[in-house]
Amino acid sequence: MKRRESLKAIGLTALSTGLLLDSCKSDTENKQVPTSKQATPEDTAGREAFEIERDKKLHAETFFTKHEMATITVLGDIIIPKDEKSGSASDAGVPEFIEFIVKDIPTHQVPMRGGLRWLDIQCSNRYGKPFVECSQQQQLEMVTAIAYPLKAKPEMAPGVTFFNRMRDLTATGFFTSKIGIADIGYAGNAPNRWTGVPEDVLKQYGMENVKV
Amino acid sequence: MSTFEIKKSGTVYDAVIVGSGAGGGMAAYVLAHAGLKVLMLEAGAYFDPAKDAQQLKFSYESPRRGASTVRPFGDFDAAYGGWELDGEPYTTKDGTQFDWFRARMLGGRTNHWGRISLRMGPLDFKSHQIDGLTDDWPITYDEVKPFYDKVDRMIGVYGTVENLENEPDGIFLPPPKPRLNELFIKQGAEKAGVKVITGRGSVLTEALPNNKDRGACFFCGQCGRSCKVYGDFSASSCLVIPALKTGNLKLITNAMVREVLTDADGLATGVSYVDKETLQEYQVLGKTVILGASAGESARLLLNSVSAHHPNGLANSSGVVGKYIHDSTGASLGGFLPQLMDRKRYNEDGVGSVHIYTPWWLDNKKLNFPRGYHIEYGGGMHMPSYGFGMGMHKLNGLVPDRDGNKREAGGFGASLKDDYRRFYGTQVGMAGRGTAIARIDNYCEIDKDVVDKYGIPVLKFHYKWTDAEVQQAKHMQETFQEIMHGMGAVITSKIPGPETNYGLEAPGRIIHEVGTVRMGDDPKKSALNKWCQAHDCRNLFVVDAAPFVQQGDKNATWTILALSMRTSEYILEQRKKLNV
Repeated sequence: MKRRESLKAIGLTALSTGLLLDSCKSDTENKQVPTSKQATPEDTAGREAFEIERDKKLHAETFFTKHEMATITVLGDIIIPKDEKSGSASDAGVPEFIEFIVKDIPTHQVPMRGGLRWLDIQCSNRYGKPFVECSQQQQLEMVTAIAYPLKAKPEMAPGVTFFNRMRDLTATGFFTSKIGIADIGYAGNAPNRWTGVPEDVLKQYGMENVKV
Repeated sequence: MSTFEIKKSGTVYDAVIVGSGAGGGMAAYVLAHAGLKVLMLEAGAYFDPAKDAQQLKFSYESPRRGASTVRPFGDFDAAYGGWELDGEPYTTKDGTQFDWFRARMLGGRTNHWGRISLRMGPLDFKSHQIDGLTDDWPITYDEVKPFYDKVDRMIGVYGTVENLENEPDGIFLPPPKPRLNELFIKQGAEKAGVKVITGRGSVLTEALPNNKDRGACFFCGQCGRSCKVYGDFSASSCLVIPALKTGNLKLITNAMVREVLTDADGLATGVSYVDKETLQEYQVLGKTVILGASAGESARLLLNSVSAHHPNGLANSSGVVGKYIHDSTGASLGGFLPQLMDRKRYNEDGVGSVHIYTPWWLDNKKLNFPRGYHIEYGGGMHMPSYGFGMGMHKLNGLVPDRDGNKREAGGFGASLKDDYRRFYGTQVGMAGRGTAIARIDNYCEIDKDVVDKYGIPVLKFHYKWTDAEVQQAKHMQETFQEIMHGMGAVITSKIPGPETNYGLEAPGRIIHEVGTVRMGDDPKKSALNKWCQAHDCRNLFVVDAAPFVQQGDKNATWTILALSMRTSEYILEQRKKLNV
């Protein structure tokens, strides 16, 4: 079966396929419109029964309290704020992702819950208020104290460990979202014809003559 | 009346095949196309990549963004199963470790494998002369070559003709072009004196001549999810589903085979199995029984098939069944290429198998370990999934910021957000896959104290690496560092030392386990003859990786396919002569 027919066979229209294949021949940097279907709750083909059941159960449970979620939301947007290129962590649904992933991977639960509480205790000692109720300036001051592992004070160690995890979950949640994938510029997951590194890129790195 | 009843079918099939992976699938394909009435039993669910592949989904279509919580190789990976199966334990012995990956589904592990399709070479079949450490196969490369050729034509493999002595060329489709990071690897490896050649993978980079059922690859790089257009090799899409279309193959899924049945003369008469969903017990009959259940499961079946005629387990008068199990060695190292920071974006998904690799290139006379390994390479602008961006605080302090100033590791806010963009696509990784020596004291046996939830006694493994494998891993790490240095990469992995056997993966982790029902000319030292036919039971055959005498550093699948095809053609010839 030729490529064009095989793409038709999985439901990609002849028109979009033709465009994709033609555009790829001449211009590999051409951004391609993702053609895959969006997930719906009914989209369970190829999932085992226990997986569907497990997802349903996790979605029905709640782990973080409202206060914890509010703290996660503020922290997430400090870690990944809106800029000229894309939205913030909360715009990309990062707090909801974190709520799900700690249920899915329970080893996150104690460090996250305990870390959030450590942060509130710190803020309450420093500013007399939990983190979310602090002024923006106080919040940034607190975060700065735990965001730089190599220069943080030794007594900040639990906060550094927590913030590393919070940074990781925020980044992963953001850059795996629709907003984040567009931001990072991932151009794949779409039918195309791979013909090698574009000429201008080969030239940029002086790789024109490297052959395998 | 008892409610417990074993249903016995009166139908006698020409062949009963246990397992639907590369070995069982190929046997079903050959025999059903030749007109035999064939019954196939698969312990897992039906799986058709056309409908069931998670291909072309974005990470956000998974609530866990592709994390490996449920599926060990990520949420979109094709394998149903993993290192642990609910209600189906296995055990280990004497403090040793063996990790056993089982896929319970039509096509087995071929739905998610790496599609790296290497032939074993002439020296791999006759390796005793090299250093005396291993036994020769009873067959030569030249005897297997015609079947490798047929598999190449029938299933399709890309690659380049290289004329290397122990890395035989095949009949190749055009290979995919290298990606940018792979050109850097080529440069760096050359500086380190390491050969890099085009990869060899069973992906249809062009339409397969004379095949209307399979589509050509459209370069999404997601072979591990299995392919909706059948553009790569899975036993489900390329063997079993086509065999079903002949009308000569009957497939029963969720059928967990308990034992091989034999008659008073010791010949196989069929198998007994339990339906995993209803727990109904069945017995089915066949003139020939063919095991393709995987190296572990086929050995387990034989050892559990005890009778007056076969007191030591079926096909086991030699006592070798379960012994000589060996997986490939594996170790890896990762880093990033600072010169690729802020690189231009374009789609470089390519194919889901390797674009380049390093075949074994050195002379053991100058080394302190036997045999060798090949290197597989990775990296580039992948779809971000769970884990993306993690550990940035260990990365972003290693290079100056955009303005050339020292960057404090960690951080938050706009500059951090920018760091993820800058580092995207700079990663590079390499993994060695090497020859482990088949040893009689590495084995699996029946654990007499433990049964699975169907009451079937389980396997107990005893597997230790020796200095041969550890020194090989050490050499891998040294080579990786030289290549990384040669390409100007920054190594981000902790460089593993002797405390971790130089990063040598635990036995089983590479999922290349073979050798448990080995072939040979001497019935005292082997379970099967050179046609994969049991010495003790002429209508019993094994077609998975169990018959391997000694694996080379080549991934096993292409050899399983060639040997299963060869055995299946032998069965057809023997039927003509009325021998089986």
